[in-house]
Parts: sequence; C-alpha cells; structure tokens
Amino acid sequence: MSSYIHHVQGLACRDCGRNYPLENLTVCEHCFGRLEPRYNYGAIRRYLSRGLIYSRPQNIWRYRELLPLTGLPQVGQSNGFTPLVRARRLAERLGVSELYIKNDAVNAPTLSYKDRVVPVAISRALETGLELFACASTGNLANSVAAHAAQAGLPCIVFIPDNLEAAKIVNSLVYGPTVVAVKGNYDAVNRLCAELTARHPSWGIANVNLRPYYAEGAKTMAFEIAEQLGWRFPRHVVLPVAGGTLLPRVHRGFDEFVKVGLVEGELPRIHAAQPEGCCPVVDAFLHRRDRIVPQKPNTIAKSLAIGDPADGYTVLESLKATGGSAVAVPDEEIIGAIKLLAETEGIFAETAGGATLAGAVRLSESGVIPRHESIVVAVTGNGLKTQAALDGALAQPVRVEARVEHFEAAWQELQKEAIAA
Amino acid sequence: MSITVRIPAPLQAVAGNRLEVEADGGTIAELLADLDNRFPGFRQRVYDETGRLRRFLNVYVNQEDIRFLSGETTPIKDGDEVSIVPAVAGG
Repeated sequence: MSSYIHHVQGLACRDCGRNYPLENLTVCEHCFGRLEPRYNYGAIRRYLSRGLIYSRPQNIWRYRELLPLTGLPQVGQSNGFTPLVRARRLAERLGVSELYIKNDAVNAPTLSYKDRVVPVAISRALETGLELFACASTGNLANSVAAHAAQAGLPCIVFIPDNLEAAKIVNSLVYGPTVVAVKGNYDAVNRLCAELTARHPSWGIANVNLRPYYAEGAKTMAFEIAEQLGWRFPRHVVLPVAGGTLLPRVHRGFDEFVKVGLVEGELPRIHAAQPEGCCPVVDAFLHRRDRIVPQKPNTIAKSLAIGDPADGYTVLESLKATGGSAVAVPDEEIIGAIKLLAETEGIFAETAGGATLAGAVRLSESGVIPRHESIVVAVTGNGLKTQAALDGALAQPVRVEARVEHFEAAWQELQKEAIAA
Repeated sequence: MSITVRIPAPLQAVAGNRLEVEADGGTIAELLADLDNRFPGFRQRVYDETGRLRRFLNVYVNQEDIRFLSGETTPIKDGDEVSIVPAVAGG
C-alpha cells in the first residue's frame, strides 16, 4: 500500500557495518555477519505514542512502526499480546516477591512464540512477491509457517528433523504443506535449507533468506512485557535459547522502547537458559570462550536442540550488555518445572518452558537473581505438543466402576495415602 | 584428484558465479588455498583479519561440520563433498 508511511530504511551488518537496501538477504554478503533492519527512530519517536498503541487491536501489529514492513500487514491479526500472568502461588513456592509468566503457550494461532516472527516473515514474502513459503524447524516454527502459508494462500514446505514429537508433525500436516523429514538433527536440516536458498531464489525460507525480517517479530515480546507492566521494565527476564533469535531481539525491543521515548529506565538483566544436553551458548558464556563450540544435542527439550546456534554470539552480546547470566539445566529439572508451573499457575508449558523456569529457579537459588527483584519468565511453547516428555512422570487416573460405593472406597484410600505422604 | 565444493550465494560472485566448483587438496586448509588460486580473493572472503575461518561460516565434509572433525586439518580425499554454508537462524 503506497499510502503507508514506513520507518524501516534498510539493512545493516551488525559485524562489519555495511549497509544494504531492504532486500531478502540471509547474511552480510561480505563477512557473513548478521543483518538487522535500520529504522528512523527520530521519526518514530515523534509519531508513535502510548495512546496510539492503546488505540490499536491487541496483536503484534500495534507496534508496527518498529517492525520491518513497508505496507500494512495482511496476516497475523490474532498473533501476540499474550497474557503476562502475575504468578503469586509460584512466587510463594520459590520464595521470590514479584514473578510473572509471559505466556506464549497460548499465542495464536499455533501456540508458540513463533507466531510473533512468522507473520513478519510472510508479510515480507508477500511484499516481495515470493512464490513459496518454507522453513527449517524443530517443530514450532514449522507449525506456524504452515498455518500462515495457509492463511496467505501460499504453497509451503516445512523441513524438520526426522525425530520430532508426533504432535508437532500433526500440527504442521493439518495445514496442508509438504512436510519433509530430514535424516539427522536440526543443524543438518538448517544446512540443507541454506543450500536450497541459493537454488530457489523465488522461495522465502523464513529463517534463512527472510531471517533479518523474521527475527524482528520477536521484539514484540519485549514491547508487550513493558506495556503490560504499565510502561516499565522488570528487573530480570529469563528466556530460553535455541538458535538465539529470541533473546537478543527481546533486548533490542526494550532498547528501542527507550530510544523512541515510550519507557524510561534501566534495561532488564536478561538471562539465558538451555538444557544440559544442548547448551553451547551457556558453555561459551560460563567459560568465556570467544568462539561457540557446537554440540550434538541430546535432550527432551527438542525445540531447544540446536547444537550450532547461528545467533549464539548475539545472545552472548546481550547477556554481557545487560549484566545477565546463563544457566544449563538437566532434563529431570525440566520435567519438575513443567509440573510445578502447571500445579501452581495452571499453565502447561512445553519442555522449553520447563527449561526456562528451571533455569530461573537455579538463578534465584544461587542469588544471581535477588529474591526481592521483579522477574519475568518466558514460556514460549505449549505442553500439549510435547506430552511424551511426561511419560511416567505423572500420576495415573484412578479407575472405578460407575457405582457410588466404589468411588467412595477409592476416595477414602486416596485420602489415607495423602495423609501418609 | 578432484573434490566438489558447494558455494553459498554470497560467495558465488567470487567463484565464477557457480553453485559448485571443483578443487584439490589433502586437507580443508589446502582445499581453501587451492580455491584462492583458482579464484583470487576467495581467501579473504572466508578468513577473518586474524587468519581464522570467519565465525559465521561453516564448512562441512560429507555433511559433517569440520568442527566435529579436525577443523581445517580435516583430511579429504577424491570424491568427498565439501559444503561452505553461512550459519543461519533457527527454530
């Protein structure tokens, strides 16, 4: 739409500083560094106000001046503005005073944080006339890409590792894309897609040649947290790290809200959580390595099983810049945290959410996060998609015949067991 | 002796605008040196100022990342497939 005034001006390489026009590029053509959109923050500061944001629908596009579209969005009207839950019962259990869950388990339409990034990527694909929408995915991204391709009427291919949870496969297949299960882990899938981009320039692969646009959508999590807290920042944010897209963009989002004058104050300290079975970023942070050493993932948190995170360095930069930290957690603690969150707050997180909460618990117990300071823990996906991780970890249903005395006898037995425990 | 090397889009201009090229060498380091002979300027695109492979560029031998093998001293032989691939984001 030619009448739409946009504020994104081009792409810039975060590593060598080269500028590019708004093109569909994966990385800097010179140094392979990370490309980020540039905005005219001065113009946004003059135009965008809290009042204007309030006046708009509660979805990711209420912050559209800070997203890299050149026209009005065509898809994604139900996405984002997920609940920021004040977790009082969980806070009491953990002995902390102010705790919130940013609940992207109920993000729409596909129940994960990916519903923030995909609408930006597909909008870019539509604006630039790409003919097919695709991605390499550990599952959640595939679900979101398939759903949005259906919404936009674009043909779609999703590439996934061949060991994914059944629910994540069904939640892609139902939208009618071509699902390609690649032998090997996510890093193999990603390499294949990177090679395919060179052969199929008319395809938009969300996390490859649309990456600079895709990643920007993750900033909306930061925008929402600040707005939902009444235009202020929490003191701490704990986020999961897989490929490293989310955490640095949450940092960037907070930073941009200061730049355009919507929030004042110190940025939150941002902390990273990974499973012990795949923690290359935590490992580099704790050992102060200047290179991230890739790993072969082995964890129940499959959505975090990325052994060679492309944005790992960006994560490390954000941790350092905000005074954050990094923590790895074992699979048993992931399961424990999933149950704890469900039992105290009624929120069923996927394994990545369990890892994040388990990480927050460790950071709190070790004093890295002081107990009286405000904490936001991000739950980025829904437990219904990773149910197999809980096999053997939950109580079994009590089986009775449909007769009152049978139930009463079973109930009495349960009461006795509860007292004994 | 000849090894097939897959070239990523940002490097194709310096490699004669081709998706795949042939090169020789007993190790990855030798192969990259040979590519620089064939395509002057190739070396400075794949190595950084400190002489290390650029950190956002990954090299694979028969689909295995050389960082899981022996890095630049990873041996290669006739018929092997080498891919040079920029690191890409994920989810």
